[in-house]
Amino acid sequence: MARYIFKRLISAIPVLLGITIIVFLIMASIPGDPATAILGSYATPENVARLNRDLGLDKPLFIRYFIWIGNLLTGDFGRSFSLNRPVLDEVLERFQATLVLAGVSFVLCSIFGILAGVVSAARQYGLADKLITFSVLIGISIPSFFLGMMMILTFAVNLRWLPVSGMFAIYGGGDLPDLVRHLVMPATALSVVATGVVARMSRSAMLEVLRQDFIRTARAKGVREHRVVLGHALRAAMVSIIPVLGIQAGFVLSGSVYVEMVFQWPGVGRMLVDAILKRDILLVQGGVVFVAACYVLFNICVDVAQSLLDPRIKT
Amino acid sequence: MSNAVQHNSSATPALKIERLSKTFELASGLLSRKTTAVRAVRPVSLEVQKGETLGLVGESGCGKSTLARMLVGLLPPTTGQIEIEGKALDTANPAAFGRLIQYVFQDPISSLNPRKSIRQIMATPLKRLHGMDKATREPRIREIFASVNLREEFLDRYPHEFSGGQAQRIGIARALAASPRIMILDEPVSALDVSVQAQVLNLLSDLKQQYDLTYVFITHDLAVVEAVSDRIVVLYFGAVVEVGPAENIFKMPRHPYTKLLADSAPVVGRPLAAPDTSHAELPDPLNPPAGCAFASRCPRATALCENSEPHLRSMGDDQFAACHHPLED
Amino acid sequence: MIAFLKLLFRNKLAAGGLILFGLVVVLAVLTPILPLANPDATATGDRFQPPFSPDHVMGTDHLGRDLLSRLLWGTRLSLAVGFVAALLAAFLGSAIGIVAGYFGQRTDNIIMRLVDMLMAFPYILLALAIVAALGPGLVNAMIAVAAVNIPFFARNIRGVTVSLARREFVDAARLAGMGHLRIIVFELLPNVAPVIVIAMSTTVGWMILETAGLSFLGLGSQPPQADLGSMLGEARSAMITSPHTSIVPGIMIFVIVMSINLLGDGVRDALDPRLRSGALTRPSAATLVDRGRAPAQDEAPSDQDLLSIQNLSTEFRVGRRCYRAVREVSLQARAGECLGVIGESGSGKSVTALSVMGLVASPPGVITGGAVRLRGEDLLGADYERLRSLRGDKVAYIFQDPLSTLHPLYRVSDQLIEAIQAHHAMPKAQARRRALELLEAVQIPNAESRLSSFPHEMSGGMRQRVSIAMALINDPDVVIADEPTTALDVTVQAQVLAILDDLRRKRDLAIIFITHDFGLVAQLCDRVAVMYAGQIVEEGPAKDLLERPAHPYTKRLMACVPELGQGRRQLEAIAGLPPAVDQLPDGCAFAPRCDKAQPSCKTGLVALRQNVDLPRKVRCHFPEEVA
Repeated sequence: MARYIFKRLISAIPVLLGITIIVFLIMASIPGDPATAILGSYATPENVARLNRDLGLDKPLFIRYFIWIGNLLTGDFGRSFSLNRPVLDEVLERFQATLVLAGVSFVLCSIFGILAGVVSAARQYGLADKLITFSVLIGISIPSFFLGMMMILTFAVNLRWLPVSGMFAIYGGGDLPDLVRHLVMPATALSVVATGVVARMSRSAMLEVLRQDFIRTARAKGVREHRVVLGHALRAAMVSIIPVLGIQAGFVLSGSVYVEMVFQWPGVGRMLVDAILKRDILLVQGGVVFVAACYVLFNICVDVAQSLLDPRIKT
Repeated sequence: MSNAVQHNSSATPALKIERLSKTFELASGLLSRKTTAVRAVRPVSLEVQKGETLGLVGESGCGKSTLARMLVGLLPPTTGQIEIEGKALDTANPAAFGRLIQYVFQDPISSLNPRKSIRQIMATPLKRLHGMDKATREPRIREIFASVNLREEFLDRYPHEFSGGQAQRIGIARALAASPRIMILDEPVSALDVSVQAQVLNLLSDLKQQYDLTYVFITHDLAVVEAVSDRIVVLYFGAVVEVGPAENIFKMPRHPYTKLLADSAPVVGRPLAAPDTSHAELPDPLNPPAGCAFASRCPRATALCENSEPHLRSMGDDQFAACHHPLED
Repeated sequence: MIAFLKLLFRNKLAAGGLILFGLVVVLAVLTPILPLANPDATATGDRFQPPFSPDHVMGTDHLGRDLLSRLLWGTRLSLAVGFVAALLAAFLGSAIGIVAGYFGQRTDNIIMRLVDMLMAFPYILLALAIVAALGPGLVNAMIAVAAVNIPFFARNIRGVTVSLARREFVDAARLAGMGHLRIIVFELLPNVAPVIVIAMSTTVGWMILETAGLSFLGLGSQPPQADLGSMLGEARSAMITSPHTSIVPGIMIFVIVMSINLLGDGVRDALDPRLRSGALTRPSAATLVDRGRAPAQDEAPSDQDLLSIQNLSTEFRVGRRCYRAVREVSLQARAGECLGVIGESGSGKSVTALSVMGLVASPPGVITGGAVRLRGEDLLGADYERLRSLRGDKVAYIFQDPLSTLHPLYRVSDQLIEAIQAHHAMPKAQARRRALELLEAVQIPNAESRLSSFPHEMSGGMRQRVSIAMALINDPDVVIADEPTTALDVTVQAQVLAILDDLRRKRDLAIIFITHDFGLVAQLCDRVAVMYAGQIVEEGPAKDLLERPAHPYTKRLMACVPELGQGRRQLEAIAGLPPAVDQLPDGCAFAPRCDKAQPSCKTGLVALRQNVDLPRKVRCHFPEEVA
């Protein structure tokens, strides 16, 4: 197992390099130069040239890439001009907030999605199945940002049950119950779509498995039906559900950008949108690379979980 | 029919393969450069005479399908060459092969494109291999269709509307449309029920006469191969272990593996006989034995068999076997 | 195409989606000619008018612009952008996927590595990076959304192409002289197209959502032009005071996406052949039993009949069609006896076997009549729990392909122990010892270490031995073996059968052996029943029946089978095909293929009659002379 994890980690290196190359190339293709963006359009040409030289922008593309990647490896993601602080510090701080939001949503969507899918498949064409299928359909059709706004309107503004936005109350608060109160709406808004997708995939994976020959074998052995469904079938269905969870983690992370905007959540998504609008390239670049790298590592965990579940995967 | 072997033996063989082999390279890891090689077919040399039916028989993993795919150019061989009527075919170009040698597939339904009508399927080889225009194609298609006993109205239907036996006739008709000299029949009746199997086997036998064809008939079914072949080649673990006339090879096998096969086949009126070896596993292809591949299962194996690979040698009466200790009469 | 639309409309939800979506599209198309206010004309005096104001049916936004007009123009824009993005992604992604899947090997490797790299991004990061590079704007947002979806299409289509490219018809096309390009365009594309349509119909809604999302963030359409997303984004600051400005575009997005999703599901269901045939319905725990009349105690079961099948009928009901797979089959299994059931595919032999313990997949299978009695107890009338307690304990099964019939993710020991513990409260250690005993009984070498193997680590023969061990582990009275050696090589088959035969004699088992091979019946069975088109046509002692078959079908079928040792020969064949069991002919089912058939064979029922001279039952008016 350790060998397999090691192998997966090694194989992640080219992927990570590829990610940095893609991000770097996209960012390098930006028309206009960052120096003008930083100094403003009234800057003198001499100042622009000097800044470009200071930023190393007068060098050829691939040398700039190696300088950048070298800096990344030493933890130097550059400095955000709009915030006037090191990119890494800002990204780390913001990523914690995103991690809380996206992590909770991911757990929610995994649990409820699989649960709904299994119930739906086990009661195919029954009332529970119809209700779940219908809710799932609504869930995956509703934009999370619209859902979030409607939730604020209902639960925060009209009913006053929950805080409107933010991660912690400005006065007092800062403890766990406060965080939970702030988390309820954004986490729900974020997990609704993913829950729907996981439920759908789980349902069809279960139905697919339930008609396999080995299920008939289990029944022929006299295994009790609930064990057939929750043991034999779900276990086999998990083999196709786990990759879906891996993909959904990416969707949850992506959706957090919208939800963070709606709920003023101080996460990395909001930071990126602000940075793009301010053309703070280094911040965008650093944020994207950092989050993408975390996602690659997460997917390695998914693969490892998959290999633990499925002995047919060569470890 | 059995005199075909003698009759044509001096003429140019219809198909001649020399030291044809296939090795698959498996990448062993992402980072390591070394690869593992699996020898699916060890060098095989064979001649098939004009008008002959050569049976190729073996169990799963013996390399018979790999060999067949090389014969029609669907798979480039690792070594060796293929000659058809004295002319060497040295490129793996299925279109060049297609005019001389055609293939009938095991799974008749899967070998027909589900989205094309039978007419379109039949027209392709005529158009692509022989450059016929539509006007000349039509009568030709009808003629071939009649010769495989299919009704013309089937031409406008789609593959899913046919039973396995009918689909296999269509597969045979498509192969015939290329006007080949040789047909490779890869388990052509294994997917069919016995009553339909007999229909198709008889049809193949009629077509052979009618179109003056040469057959290579691949199967795992000993009774079928014995019923249709002039000569039979027995494959084991990618190599030929025995070659001989169909009427003798299972009656008087020289190679212990051929005997094991013959004894294992269920026959009405013969008691159930379990082979005397307890395990019936093929050697690991990634780690092949140094000597005879059958040694570990063979009751006659000696130290010689473990260490040295036996080569095909004459056992008299047109029979050849690759065995250090062949069976006597 | 017509069949497709019919299927689509049979699905009420999909039809609803289509209608709703059609309405939205019509509105969007007609927008320029509708009498609407200028969507971009600001009137700060009229800002935040509520809905149903005299001049503005839906009210106005923060700049006093008519909300209805903006909504329709925005819908138009959102739809257009979403569709173009979907088309772009589908075209480029599918092209990449087909090329990678068809050529395989290195091409595939390089392309898929790149695709994996793009998929290693949470998609929004890539989209944000692209927008950051190109600058905010609707077209750029569209490009970004299309770009992040290309890998999705590529991977999906590649998967389908790989499995298609391995199919034999592609080899056949190469042998028919087609080049790579022709094969891709004329052979593969028609087969891949439905998958592309499915992928598009299930993602286009999502792409509309995503472009709206980017606009919502302010990275898509720029003022004054507005799509639905930017309308929502602009309305956000006034959400609390004038909620209608957010609700109107929000609901519109929801309606569009939901109608597309409904439609997309319908398209998928209509195009996916597996769904069409109802193959994705969940088989219930036991076959549905719907016996019109209560089964009479037709024949008093004799004491020696362990298992008695009496006039069993099983059908498959698919749509309006009814496939009568088993018709009034009666069979008896006695202790220590091996009963062979032989027939061609579709003869109903496997369905008969599976009906015994209610294992026929249901839906669509229904047992419509007869009885199955185990020591006199009617199993078809038994409740599920009773049936379950007998399955695997008193009546056990061995199935055809052990790779698919053993659970791929459980160790052999777990599967064997489970078989015991489903019926007997036995400590795990003891059950494990019992499992080991059985593995040794079926002559598995190194049984102890094999216990912890997974099925895929064993050879076919070893797996089938495990299946036999599993069937015998609770000392059942009856074992039903459904073509247990068909998937095995002949040398392995001989070994597995020898083991089975040996065990049945040692344990006095009753075996029902389903096969299509006369040789196996001859070697293994004491009695044999021949099935044709769902009925038993002949039954009797195996040796006697095989030597002197009385039914013309048996006789001619045996003549079809080449037998080893008879040399090269012309085989007898039976012209024609067995009848489809949803369109059975009147009279004898074999009559259309029988050269002895008389007019009387083609009407009425032919009964299975006991032969006076022989221990033989034959369903024929004109049986062969056998005495």
